[in-house]
Amino acid sequence: MADNSLSSVDVSALSSGALMRRGPYISMITNRTMNLLIRAAMLFMVGVFLALVLNLLQVQRNVTLFPPDVLSSVFSSAWWVPPCCGTAAALIGLLYPCMDRRLGEPHKLKREWSNVMRCVAVFVGINHASAKVDFANNVQLSLTLAALSVGLWWTFDRSRSGFGLGVVIAILATLATQLLVYNGVFQYTSPDFLYIRSWLPCIFFAGVITVGNIGRQLALYEYKVNQEKTHQD
Amino acid sequence: MTVRERIRQNISAAFYRHGLLCASYPVPIILFTSASILTCCYPLLKLPLPGTGPVEFTTGVRDYSTPSHESQGDLSERPDWYRGPPVAYIQQVLVKAAVSPWDNSLVPVDVFRSPLGRVFSVLEEIRNHVYTDRSLEALCLQVTDLLPGLRRMQAVLPEHGCLLVSPGNYWQNRRDLFDADPDLLKTVHQHEPKGLHTSATLKDLLFGVPGKQTGVNLYSKKRVVTYTITIALSSYDARFVASLRARLKQLHPSANCTLREDHMVHVHFKEEIGIAELIPLVTTYIILFAYIYFSTRKIDMVKSKWGLALAAVVTVLSSLLMSVGLCTLFGLTPTLNGGEIFPYLVVVIGLENVLVLTKSVVSTPVDLEVKLRIAQGLSNESWSIMKNMATELCIILIGYFTFVPAIQEFCLFAVVGLVSDFFLQMFFFTTVLSIDIRRMELADLNRRLPAEAGMPPPKPGPLRPRETPPPPRPSPHTITLQAPAFRNLRLPKRLRVVYFLARTRLAQRIIMVGTVIWIGILVYTDPAGLRTFLAAQVSEQSPLGEAGLPPHLGVAPVFPGGDPTSTLSGLPAPEPTPLPENQSQGHRAAHPEVAPVSSPQITWGPEDEELWRRLSFRHWPSLFSYYNITLAKRYISILPVIPVTLHLSPQEAIDTRHPQDTHHAPPPSIKTSDLQTDLTLYKVAALGLFAGVVLVLLLFCLYRVLCPRNYGQNGVPHGRRRRGDLPCDEYGYSPPISEISPLLLRGHSMDIECLASDGMLLASCCLVGHIRVWDAQTGDCLTVIPNNGLRRSSSSGCWEHRDGWDHISACEAENIFPIRRRTTPARPALFGDQPDLTPLIDTNFGLSPPSQALSSSGFDFGGLVEKAYQEHEPSPTLAFPPSPPASQQRRRSLGDQPVLPPELPPQNNGDWDSSVWAMELRGNLIATGRSSGKLELWDAVEGSLRCSNEDGVSGITALAFLNNRIVAARLNGSLDFFTVEITKPLGLLQYRGPPGRGSLPPSPCYSSEDVISCQLTRSVQCAHQKPITVLKAAAGRVVTGSQDHTVRVYRLEDSCCLFTLQGHSGGITAIYIDQTMVLASGGQDGTICVWDVLTGSRVSHVYGHRGDVTSLVCTTSCIISSGLDDLICIWDRSTGIKLYSIQQEVGCGASLGVISESLLVTGGQGCVSFWDLNYGDLLQTVYLGQSSEGQSVRQLLVLDNAAIVCDFGSELSLVYVPSVLEKLD
Repeated sequence: MADNSLSSVDVSALSSGALMRRGPYISMITNRTMNLLIRAAMLFMVGVFLALVLNLLQVQRNVTLFPPDVLSSVFSSAWWVPPCCGTAAALIGLLYPCMDRRLGEPHKLKREWSNVMRCVAVFVGINHASAKVDFANNVQLSLTLAALSVGLWWTFDRSRSGFGLGVVIAILATLATQLLVYNGVFQYTSPDFLYIRSWLPCIFFAGVITVGNIGRQLALYEYKVNQEKTHQD
Repeated sequence: MTVRERIRQNISAAFYRHGLLCASYPVPIILFTSASILTCCYPLLKLPLPGTGPVEFTTGVRDYSTPSHESQGDLSERPDWYRGPPVAYIQQVLVKAAVSPWDNSLVPVDVFRSPLGRVFSVLEEIRNHVYTDRSLEALCLQVTDLLPGLRRMQAVLPEHGCLLVSPGNYWQNRRDLFDADPDLLKTVHQHEPKGLHTSATLKDLLFGVPGKQTGVNLYSKKRVVTYTITIALSSYDARFVASLRARLKQLHPSANCTLREDHMVHVHFKEEIGIAELIPLVTTYIILFAYIYFSTRKIDMVKSKWGLALAAVVTVLSSLLMSVGLCTLFGLTPTLNGGEIFPYLVVVIGLENVLVLTKSVVSTPVDLEVKLRIAQGLSNESWSIMKNMATELCIILIGYFTFVPAIQEFCLFAVVGLVSDFFLQMFFFTTVLSIDIRRMELADLNRRLPAEAGMPPPKPGPLRPRETPPPPRPSPHTITLQAPAFRNLRLPKRLRVVYFLARTRLAQRIIMVGTVIWIGILVYTDPAGLRTFLAAQVSEQSPLGEAGLPPHLGVAPVFPGGDPTSTLSGLPAPEPTPLPENQSQGHRAAHPEVAPVSSPQITWGPEDEELWRRLSFRHWPSLFSYYNITLAKRYISILPVIPVTLHLSPQEAIDTRHPQDTHHAPPPSIKTSDLQTDLTLYKVAALGLFAGVVLVLLLFCLYRVLCPRNYGQNGVPHGRRRRGDLPCDEYGYSPPISEISPLLLRGHSMDIECLASDGMLLASCCLVGHIRVWDAQTGDCLTVIPNNGLRRSSSSGCWEHRDGWDHISACEAENIFPIRRRTTPARPALFGDQPDLTPLIDTNFGLSPPSQALSSSGFDFGGLVEKAYQEHEPSPTLAFPPSPPASQQRRRSLGDQPVLPPELPPQNNGDWDSSVWAMELRGNLIATGRSSGKLELWDAVEGSLRCSNEDGVSGITALAFLNNRIVAARLNGSLDFFTVEITKPLGLLQYRGPPGRGSLPPSPCYSSEDVISCQLTRSVQCAHQKPITVLKAAAGRVVTGSQDHTVRVYRLEDSCCLFTLQGHSGGITAIYIDQTMVLASGGQDGTICVWDVLTGSRVSHVYGHRGDVTSLVCTTSCIISSGLDDLICIWDRSTGIKLYSIQQEVGCGASLGVISESLLVTGGQGCVSFWDLNYGDLLQTVYLGQSSEGQSVRQLLVLDNAAIVCDFGSELSLVYVPSVLEKLD
């Protein structure tokens, strides 16, 4: 049980997701730092939430029936994982719009909440597939997930910067996980690639894309607010 | 590329035809689609309903053999799961034990202590039972460790051995521990979970009967203890089981027990959904709903938003059902968990197409026929729809080639789902959309009907039929806001949250939904438990519950057998079925009148046959799950129960007593215990009632607090606001009061027609042709340029029409716009903040010769002109208020030159007939365009005509004056570019002295001495096919909009046409362009387009108003438009999303102005209103005059110094906006 809950706890380290219905209210905040803080907080919450949920999904992979206290074990075993995911989500979600602004190529593709929701759903679906679907071997699993992740990027992002950042962060995160596992902080039930699961990078990548999407969508509000503000001054 | 184009064309044509078809025959198509949906869903009936409840299958015991793994096709009654051996065979030994006869010396604990104690001997018997060479050890299900999380159960549940549970497990199956236990109840209950539990508890597991039936409590009425010994066998040996049964029966005979022993029940368990598994599922569903919410939220501009959203969801759902149905039809039984993959399927299929279709159809021109609109909208989006479809199919195809069975199955479903979704979109949704659009059209028609009725006769005067009186309106000078519920404003955040809660009644709904879900969960997860509970309640309440005694027999104690003799034997226990015997036995054996205590009776009834049914259906799964054995998708076989009856003598009971047992309180009487249960019930009921009342009260308070008093009433109180009252919005917040008093500039005798300003000066022109120049700072009248030819022109033939005009004018002031616009083509500009005559131009008017237009204009205003003359007669030379800031030179010029300059009449003879249609002011030059096509340049200060140009014949409808160029748009659609050249005669300069005008430094000045010539540099003859309605110039560009639905952009320098912008489906009515090259245009079709002036591309295209867009203003972040529907809409400039809209009073005026980024000013009936753009709040309404109430502000100019000028009948009103307004937010 214990190691089950530890299995791939970090899957959703960089993942994050949805459920911010507070959009309209954000636009009321005219203070820039305040806005930034709120965005970061929302992204953090999203990251924590998704980490918990996806972790649960992963836990289910090997267990058919849960004793009643599986939830508590999930929450207690690696308590630091969800906050880590949340922090990572906040960072990435803020990084994406910032990078867009720096590069001067704003993200144009269908910037709507419904699209973001779709993206999150697909991301959860990818996790679901990785957790629930029985693949013949790990190579197949990894390849499928990689294809799905790239498909996610193509459907919802399509920006080179997004892809680059996603790949970089996925590699970094995988390395970090590798180090953690190597040092024995936690381990996976069935590592197939140097202590960790080989599909981890794909999940990381998809998560980065998703969080980036959310971050950009949130930044839209800030952008508007700032515009209004400068004009008011 | 050509192939692609051709495909594209073909697709678009096909879609067009399809759209026509759908819109033409909506009802048959909907019927057809519904039929096909039902047909496709028909195979679904065969599928089992989803659920986790166990399924049972009963076979006989005698000819039982373990089912083989291969399915036998012929045995149709066998369920598919009945294959292979079960996980375990469950043999239950049902023990009923009682101390009898019961006498008063016994303490309550005796009810169960000694009966429970007998479990150990029975256990011993079972364990040691050997048939031939087989013992229980060999047959039973061997279990290993408990799951690691269950350490605390280790003491209770067996480990490393037979799975054999009984109440004895509480004491580790050791008699000595049992005997040493001072408090049995505490031991039993210490493992019970606290609070609400829906699954099997440890007590249920060990006792094997529902907790209520065990009889292990101090207040048991029946004094019969029931428990089971549950043995899980891994293999079935019929002889062993039979011998065990025989042995036990022999040892503990149960007389007249007729339990059936010939059926074994196989129970198949579905996959369990635990909370842990539910959480991801719930998350995906939440995401799904968020997705649907955000998607359907975008549906706009349709008659019934909810209807369409519903149709969209129905489309997606039924396509999913269809796909499942089709797959089942073709033999693909879904093995995937439907609930889990469902959200992903919805996401894959998506609502996008539906939304795209809606948007596309909605954005087609409104004036087209519905059929054509649908067809056009469909064909517009055909390419993208097909492209998306192909992409998705490709992706799914790729997924299919992963060769992972689950993914393949998903892909198969998705493909079928996509195709059926496409089918439904094309047939079902399109048709629904067409119906909706048609409904909207009808509603529109109804709304406009009165207006249309009054429209047709173009001839004004007495010929015009008197219109139906306009609907009663509140006092004309107020700006009515809509009811708060419909007002979509940007309120402070806190209020918005509160309003949101109040509007959606979120709390109520959440509570309601939560309750329903909770009840659902209860019923769903523990139907057996609930049922037992209910059954127990019923049996406790009803007097005939226990044995079904008919009440008329009047046997008050149900089992009155207090007689020791009758119960000692334990026989004859009542028969399970025949009631009369039971009752008669009771009568015979007992002396009911002397029986103070009832003696326990052990009965066996058919309900004991399958006592496990009363258990929670999670009973077995949870028992096995403790050993990490799953029952999901597997089955167990439950063997017929072995009944064991134990009768203990009171002496035995006393012997087994623990010393502490007697310390317990004496048993409460049956009466009180009865009362107690009753009381609990009542308590619960009262608590529930109380909670309900509190909840209702709370909600009511919330409602009162959150909702304004007049919630839901259509803002009537606002409509009847007293004049002069400050507007106070519905939450009692009124802006700080600072009465703005408008400065009235009087002088014109007639309604002001044109208004122009360059920041410092203000020129106005009234109907009579008087031009007055005012100082925009002080409001002093500087110059008057009278129209001395007026008398001639206007005195002809207007008198006879005066009566007609009078009441027309009366009702026209109240009427909505289309009438005014169309009936009086030459009336002055009614709306538009610039002195152009945009709305005047009617198509048919354009065809008529100018002279006719002229006469009709005279026709119209005859009455007013005549009236004005009577007032105006005594003061042809107006007594100007002394103007202190006017410079010496100006005084001189006023004094020097008579009001009618002597050189004027010869200069412009014959021109006074024409009226001024357009006027512009730059520097101190006034450019006027006349109906005769003549362009005149006047000196604003001196009032002298500087130059005139008569190159064109057609009337000048609009003028733009930028730098030294004048652009004139004419009625015949041509566009003339003039250059103003200034040559300074040196001599005059010396003679007159330096022509510096200290008071007007910033504007490019033309001194009065210069010789100004105005030359036609270029004339674009056919700039537009139809009259030019709007002309705006800024940033070196001239933009014209015309009745021919196009907007053209010209470069000012070389008058070269840069772009022709097409996108409107109606005449252009409003254009906005500013220095930042933002161009927005609004048309008669109610659309607003934003263009990129540099590239000529359309940035956004929104459908904003029902009816013409009457005026457009942009700020850096938003676009503000007003339309004939009396709506002011505020759009986000970058995304084209409507931020909010303000519903104004009917005919409130269409003039708009933006003072600062956050301050909007609108003209209304005799007032101007200031709005906070960020929040949409009405800040203040300023009433312009006391007397003329019916006058509406038609033109509104915002000056540089945050003053606004508006025309107000024959007066001009200069309103200085106090700074407090800007600091409000």
